[in-house]
Amino acid sequence: MDALKQELKENIIEQLNLEEFTVKDIDNDDALFGDGLGLDSIDALELIVMLDKDYGIKLTDPEKSKEIFQSINVLAEYITEHRTK
Amino acid sequence: MQNGTVVCNGKEIVSVENEQTFSAFAKQVYKDQHWEYPKFFKMDRLSKLTFLTAELLINSVTISSEEKESLAVVFSNKSASLDTDRKYQDSINSIENFYPSPAVFVYTLPNIGMGEVCIRHKIQGENAFFVFDDFNPLFLKQYAESLTQNNKARQVLCGWTEIDEKGYNSFLYLASPNGTLPHTEETIIKLYTQS
Repeated sequence: MDALKQELKENIIEQLNLEEFTVKDIDNDDALFGDGLGLDSIDALELIVMLDKDYGIKLTDPEKSKEIFQSINVLAEYITEHRTK
Repeated sequence: MQNGTVVCNGKEIVSVENEQTFSAFAKQVYKDQHWEYPKFFKMDRLSKLTFLTAELLINSVTISSEEKESLAVVFSNKSASLDTDRKYQDSINSIENFYPSPAVFVYTLPNIGMGEVCIRHKIQGENAFFVFDDFNPLFLKQYAESLTQNNKARQVLCGWTEIDEKGYNSFLYLASPNGTLPHTEETIIKLYTQS
């Protein structure tokens, strides 16, 4: 699970172009949206694509994405349970 | 701004000796200016070019927030958003690897960079983006003048911001009633060729 969390942080920084963040800046419990990393609605869409592309998870319910994009911990747990690749 | 060089009001303010990619050059200019605007890193190449050029120009002139609010913006280029259109097309070319990127898609219009400038400075005046085969100073002059003559704006941020696979070049100027140079086609050409 720790390796997945590390991988998620690296992918989020790279794919969302968070140039001013490093893996160390993101705590596993940090809010990804709002005051945390300050991600926006386009970032949310990009994360949905990332889940599909990297883990074979298709999210169709926007309410579900709100729930699972709370933090790295929540996201890693969801991926572990639902990944198909 | 072109080929690793930035000239503002006739003065060279950035010059990079080694051959850098545009992205590396843009990042260097951003860092050198000590700006704090993380959204910059999410922009596509055309928007970065437009944003940097506008930022350097706007920071070099005296313009109040009220004046900015009513500022008109008229930009132009040759390749529209083709640079990013290609990148987006690459992400949807293959059925087996079909992952269209929303963050790339939102930049597949040439006027998005102009929008980034307007958001940054709370500019709410008229704005338009035109695509020409070549830099068109006469059109910029006439369009800016029609805006001022019809009381649509007192000042107009005008110019050219072009990027494609071969390179990049941008040139912006502020047309203002307090300007120090006459707003003529000849002056615009002279400034463009000097930059």
